[in-house]
Amino acid sequence: MFEWGPIMLAMGILIFGVAGAAFLTWWERRLLGFWQDRYGPNRIGPFGVGQVVADMIKLLLKDDWVPPFADRMVFVFAPTAIVVAMMMGFAVVPFSPGIQIIDVNIGLLFFLGMTSLAVYSVLLGGLASNNKYALLGGLRSASQMVSYEVFMGLSLMGIVMMTGSFSLVEIVKAQENVWFCFSQALGLIVFVIAGIAESHRLPFDLPEAEHELTAGFHTEYGGMKFAMFMLGEYLGLMLISAMIVTLFFGGWMGPSLIIFEINWLPPVAWFTIKIIFVINFFVLLRAAIPRPRYDQLMSLGWKVMLPITLFNLVITGAVLLWLQEGGL
Amino acid sequence: MQLAQREVKPSILKLLNDEFGNEVFLSQKCTDKIPTIWVPRQHVLQVLGSLRPHFCMLYDLFAIDERTREHRQDQPDADYTVVYQLLSMRRNEDLRLKVGLSASHLMLPSIVKIWPNANWYEREVWDMFGISFEGHPSLFRILLPPTWEGHALRKDHPARATEMGEFKMDSERVAKEQEALRFRPEDWGLTSEGEDNEYMFLNLGPNHPSVHGVFRIALQLDGEVIINSVPDIGYHHRGAEKMGERQTWHTYIPYTDRIDYLAGVMNNLAYIQTVELLAGIKVPERAKVIRIMLAELFRISSHLVFYGTFVQDVGQMSPVFYMFADRERLFGIIEAITGGRMHPAWFRIGGVAQDLPNGWDKLILDFIDSMPARLDEWDKMAMQNKVLKDRTVGIGVYTEKEALDWGVTGPGLRATGNDWDVRKKRPYGGYDQFDFEVPTANGGDCYDRAVLRIEEMRESIKIIRQCVENMPGGHYKSEHRSTTPPPKERTMTDIETLIHHFLNVSWGPVIPHGEASVMIEATKGINSYHLISDNGTNAYRTRIRTPSFAHLQQIPLISRGLLIPDLIAIIASIDFVMADVDR
Repeated sequence: MFEWGPIMLAMGILIFGVAGAAFLTWWERRLLGFWQDRYGPNRIGPFGVGQVVADMIKLLLKDDWVPPFADRMVFVFAPTAIVVAMMMGFAVVPFSPGIQIIDVNIGLLFFLGMTSLAVYSVLLGGLASNNKYALLGGLRSASQMVSYEVFMGLSLMGIVMMTGSFSLVEIVKAQENVWFCFSQALGLIVFVIAGIAESHRLPFDLPEAEHELTAGFHTEYGGMKFAMFMLGEYLGLMLISAMIVTLFFGGWMGPSLIIFEINWLPPVAWFTIKIIFVINFFVLLRAAIPRPRYDQLMSLGWKVMLPITLFNLVITGAVLLWLQEGGL
Repeated sequence: MQLAQREVKPSILKLLNDEFGNEVFLSQKCTDKIPTIWVPRQHVLQVLGSLRPHFCMLYDLFAIDERTREHRQDQPDADYTVVYQLLSMRRNEDLRLKVGLSASHLMLPSIVKIWPNANWYEREVWDMFGISFEGHPSLFRILLPPTWEGHALRKDHPARATEMGEFKMDSERVAKEQEALRFRPEDWGLTSEGEDNEYMFLNLGPNHPSVHGVFRIALQLDGEVIINSVPDIGYHHRGAEKMGERQTWHTYIPYTDRIDYLAGVMNNLAYIQTVELLAGIKVPERAKVIRIMLAELFRISSHLVFYGTFVQDVGQMSPVFYMFADRERLFGIIEAITGGRMHPAWFRIGGVAQDLPNGWDKLILDFIDSMPARLDEWDKMAMQNKVLKDRTVGIGVYTEKEALDWGVTGPGLRATGNDWDVRKKRPYGGYDQFDFEVPTANGGDCYDRAVLRIEEMRESIKIIRQCVENMPGGHYKSEHRSTTPPPKERTMTDIETLIHHFLNVSWGPVIPHGEASVMIEATKGINSYHLISDNGTNAYRTRIRTPSFAHLQQIPLISRGLLIPDLIAIIASIDFVMADVDR
């Protein structure tokens, strides 16, 4: 008999993802407004939440325009790639026991693969626009993402070593006693920084860098195609946050200490609360930190992040071996 | 009018006379007592060359159309005059050189090789007067569009659109204008191919988020590395100098507000002090202190905009909102006092427009009491941020000598260790009564330029506090006949009062003939208005020397070999206003 359950679940997560991303545009603006001593959108609906709908209507009704000098096929394809890749990434996220589209045994690798695919979107968008600012943005994003991919993957290997599995469910279960944010603190720092770089948000928004490249890779985009890039960016933000929660903050589990566990909320609620915290943290970073220069970002990656990651790997391995040998 | 009496040190004139003989030079008496000598055309290059070691800066270079001027008996015959104003900081001395030209032969040797900043000034003279400069590397229009016909500041060029005939933008014209806009690297002195690679040209501006208005730079790029750059200005040109020849002395005041549009009444000050000097008006003490207080409030306002946008251009998103919020509080005070916000046009010839309102001191004290703590907070948030330091320290460096060569003044100059501040060196309008410091730095980079402006805000706060504590009583406006019409109630009883009142209100005052310019330390550097009166109700020639014009010219020099983000940091740290550049 045909199983409807997973289909419904997939549809649910899809809708949740898109709606969440749309909601985030409003949430981020309100939060930035709060930190910057101003209001942010507060006119439409209660607390201005209707702004989301207004923006959506505006973007949908805009002329679907492709510049005559652009490479038409690639230009139209590029924004969809990021949305598809990010949505696919959600397939392996364990929202709670039982709420997960698929629990593959290489879940972590699948996630890394999907975020890597998103690079194509930015790169192709930049190249296909046939605009010099877009080209510079595309080039920046290509090298930035390729570099940060390396540490992003490596920073998670400590967790894999400790868990002995690439499955995200296994990783969450392995944090029953202590969350990995304590034992893998270095990995967490590197992963957060690489995550911002991957989702190219300020302070690492060099592919866009509106003060330098006007709008970078999406200079020529407007209307729905622009909205797709934005959707992809916010989906990416949610995905990275979900992964940080899953990998380092015990996923769906309530705060647990070794002796007692707080679980007076359903697992999904814990998961959501944690995600919101992480997202707010990302918004705060955006509000607070200036943008480094392109070459500084690269040297930070290769000269600081890579050694930290490797050091973390060595230490984790050594400790694991030592424990295996019987420890004290 | 407090203007330090500066006699010509005999050494300079003696030097010139020894070298070229007495008969060559003719001295002209200007109202501002700046020594002014007429030099025959054939000697210009040698004279300026031999003056070069004594004068560190070519302060200004402009021309005058003399053809309809009546009161110039003590001057040699000339259809056009080119004026070179030199500044020596070491001796605190000016020298004005004038060269007369006949309409049939409008040609002079270029002095770009002597003072590099003559480049743009000579282009401007060519653009506005059609005087060409032999040996100039790129003599084409700078402010007006390339397709413009005629030279706008000549007296026979119309000043209003209604005098110019119908304007038609037909397809032929569109094609012509489009063609004129086409970018050809050769025309800009750029090469498109290197030894083994082809360069990319990037047109940054005139509409770009970080060029602070309509400023354009053509960049020659190798990857993101800037090989060469050519700034292009003129997109904000409104013909302010031409309008000065049409508006009365009084009605020109609101135009000055819009020259450096962030500095409000500070612009009025430069203009009005010059007019007062020409008319011999003595300003009451109270008016002087009110003027200084307002000017310093606007210095803070302008520096707040600089601070916010500088940090924002380096990529920090939030600070600009805090700074604009404080600027808003400041505008509240300005509004309470003047009724206007950005452009109050509130200073008047001989004083200010109104007396201070009740309770003004409390408003200002509230503001200046809270500001230092807020500046400290922002310092922690922005200036001490490691990323911001990495982006700006050691970027866009120039030395004191380079700064002087290119006519850089204000905080941009003081960041190289030079402490030249007009308020200290030539106290004008009563600044000698105040106790304040002139901050300097030694790095000459983007970071130091920003730090200096923040320190200047603190100094301005000190000055404003002294104003509030020592505000003198008395009139807010001089009782001079050119500034204040006779009492209205007496106009109905005697004909003499009626006529004077009528003329003063309808035509405005007549300012006695003469020439003068008074430097002020504006928010961005030294600003002055060179005004020529021909015994009229308006200026015969209004020359506005603005600091931003000089500052933009040296961008290619300091941005070579850097990356695009560095260029953005440099642009942000220069703190220019395009209206101040183009006028």
